[in-house]
Amino acid sequence: MSLGLYIARRLVALVPTLLLVSVLIFSLQQLLPGDPALALAGEDHDPAAVAAIRAKYHLDRPLVVQYRIWLGNVLRGDFGESLRNRIPVSELLASKLPVTVELAVCSMLVALLLGLPAGVLSATRKGTPLDFTANLVALSGLSVPHFWLGIMLILLFAVRLGWLPASGYATPWEDPLRNLTTLLLPSIVLGTGVAGVMMRHTRSAMMQTLDADYVRTARAKSVPERLVVLKHALRNALIPIITLGAIEFGRLLSGAVLTEQIFNIPGFGKLLVDGVFNRDYAVVQAVVLVSAALYVLLNLLADVLYFVANPRMRGGA
Amino acid sequence: MSWTRSLLALVAVIVLAADPVSAQSILRIGLNDDPDALDPTISRAYTGRLVFAALCDKLFDVTPDLKIVPQLATSYEWGPNQRSVVLKLRPGVKFHDGEPFNAEAVRFNIERHLATPGSFRKSEIGEVKSVDVINDLSVRLNLSEPLVPLLAALTDRAGMMVSPKAAKELGDRFGTRPVCAGPYKFVERVAQGKIVVERFADYWDKANIQIERIEFLPITDSTARLASLRSGDLHMIERVSPSDLAQIRADARLKVVGIAELGYQMIPLNVNNGPRGKVLGGDPRIRQAIDLAIDRETIVKTIFGNEYIAGNQFVSPTSPYYNSKFPVRKRDVAKARQLLREAGVPNLAFTVIVPPERDRQEAALVLQAMLAEAGITMTIQSQENVTMLQAGRRGDFEAYFTFWSGRPDPDGNIYTFNICNGGQNDSHYCNASLDALLIKARQTADPAERKKLYDQTTEILLRDLPRLILWHRRVFTGFNAKVQGFTPYPDGIIRFRGLKLS
Repeated sequence: MSLGLYIARRLVALVPTLLLVSVLIFSLQQLLPGDPALALAGEDHDPAAVAAIRAKYHLDRPLVVQYRIWLGNVLRGDFGESLRNRIPVSELLASKLPVTVELAVCSMLVALLLGLPAGVLSATRKGTPLDFTANLVALSGLSVPHFWLGIMLILLFAVRLGWLPASGYATPWEDPLRNLTTLLLPSIVLGTGVAGVMMRHTRSAMMQTLDADYVRTARAKSVPERLVVLKHALRNALIPIITLGAIEFGRLLSGAVLTEQIFNIPGFGKLLVDGVFNRDYAVVQAVVLVSAALYVLLNLLADVLYFVANPRMRGGA
Repeated sequence: MSWTRSLLALVAVIVLAADPVSAQSILRIGLNDDPDALDPTISRAYTGRLVFAALCDKLFDVTPDLKIVPQLATSYEWGPNQRSVVLKLRPGVKFHDGEPFNAEAVRFNIERHLATPGSFRKSEIGEVKSVDVINDLSVRLNLSEPLVPLLAALTDRAGMMVSPKAAKELGDRFGTRPVCAGPYKFVERVAQGKIVVERFADYWDKANIQIERIEFLPITDSTARLASLRSGDLHMIERVSPSDLAQIRADARLKVVGIAELGYQMIPLNVNNGPRGKVLGGDPRIRQAIDLAIDRETIVKTIFGNEYIAGNQFVSPTSPYYNSKFPVRKRDVAKARQLLREAGVPNLAFTVIVPPERDRQEAALVLQAMLAEAGITMTIQSQENVTMLQAGRRGDFEAYFTFWSGRPDPDGNIYTFNICNGGQNDSHYCNASLDALLIKARQTADPAERKKLYDQTTEILLRDLPRLILWHRRVFTGFNAKVQGFTPYPDGIIRFRGLKLS
């Protein structure tokens, strides 16, 4: 099967997935307690104001009709307007997405820089104190809650040492230095979590390839050990790691809810949480839908990479 | 050589681009949440008011002790029977777009508040029937009924004046680029990120505005907010939680001040709203017994480390309208038991709805234990806030635990909660003699006369007890010692006049 056909088939399969997601988001949200119109009407609960809000946002129409109106608009690229601050949701998405992408990229960099070498080292030095330490650190990275690590890093680097800002975000073009300094701590928080997974996967994949016949052959040909590890073993071990990386990246893109909240980074996660608290239906629906689409697309990308990297996949399947 | 030079140039560019306003003074304020639309007519969230204090001047303002003072209006004069009021306006005031502020602008703004669909100001000034422009600098507001508290409404969002030209141009998207006549003009807003304003060169009182630029940063997590204050990223934070006070007080670089809030925490009791009103409605001795079994001082001391103020009336003990003849009563369990026996329900049991919020959950547990000692079984039912309020409206409750943010005029703290068929009278309490006093107080301009009327309402309400008022919070503002000239106001809103950054 050609790569083009494969991608096309996967893209077509994307449509029912996203449709299902949209139905899920829409119906799950109806289960949220609290009437958005009442939440919007303020402390006074003026009945006329409540009724006007219901009518304006079609909240007085049957659910199926509400869904149809929403889906129709979404297909035209119109996600509606935030119930809370009246800003078009597409505008909100467009301004938040680059922030979250930047944070995801930085976190991935941290994860790769920490996770890959640690995995390779602990696989080549299996059973040594180094392997043990790397495993311990990776497990801690996986298990430490993001909000706790975040607060600790803020207290150390911002409050105690005063080296980095405690929170906030500036775009790279308005203040490149501040952009980097504000992203550093959250990238470490998110990156260490992913690095743990990376390290564990790299380690087991490396251990498998290091046992393979061609590695033994390479060693028998007295290829230097550094080349054996990096060129023969690592390259083959990378295939599952690429897949993992793409999936983890997708997860990061769907919004690092707690981390964005703690570091006050105006990305997808913060948009989503604030949306839920304010019963901002339009925002929540759009964020979840776009995140789901991104996630599915990145999964597709992972499969494609796998397809490219692994010649055996191209045969039948 | 050329490499070094390019590198130096690059660094220079980055440094220059990095901080274009470093020479100016920038005040960074942490907000507890992201405000909603920055349009005074449709704004609803409390946090928006902190931003409006920089952007939009109001016709009047209140002093820290709640006296009404001029802002964009210089004086007011009530017409016959308080059915109209004439406002004299400040000359030479300009909106941020250079448009003049005058009587026409006032008329436009009042009519906009009344006519905009989804206006949250309509319920505050709905009694204004028409606005007459007398001359360029005076207007008359004609009322459908006498309403002295109207002036207090004009000290908040209903009194904020926006540029008519900008409002017409931007329509219902005005809130995304507000144009008012306040000390600062709008620069930009990054939703969930920040709101930036800068000093308005043509402000009518510019001599008193020192800080050049203000950034409002919504940080929902209180630990993160406090950390940002301690690290110096933020200069001020609003509504500091009592549990964070110790850390601020321990830090020599920081300060915190508190002032009694305008509102109160309360438990409305269902007196006559549907069949569930049978449990606590009827005999007022039942409600008096509950009241007597509660030790408010202990609640304030144990849960809030004495940072809040025990209360029993619709205004806090620090308010000039507090009736000092009826201070917070001492707990009297024996008397409570006796009242219940007399009312024929020695084993009273009822359910209170409490939202999943720490302060009220903890207080409910303490209340439960206190009432148990008087033989009263109080069941706690947790319910999400908006759902609880809906249940309150429907009458599907015996008691629920809520709060009122408070208004500067006492009328705003009592009228709609207690008048028969009042918009917020979920208890469905109805008392003709109380109604007469409440209506008379709305028509009386003399504060001393009004005080007498409200003193009488307090007496009636403490006997009938349709709501248990429990405590008043203090609004705490935390700030860096570099911030000077800060005066706390009971509404918790930061005033920028006289504020300096050293």
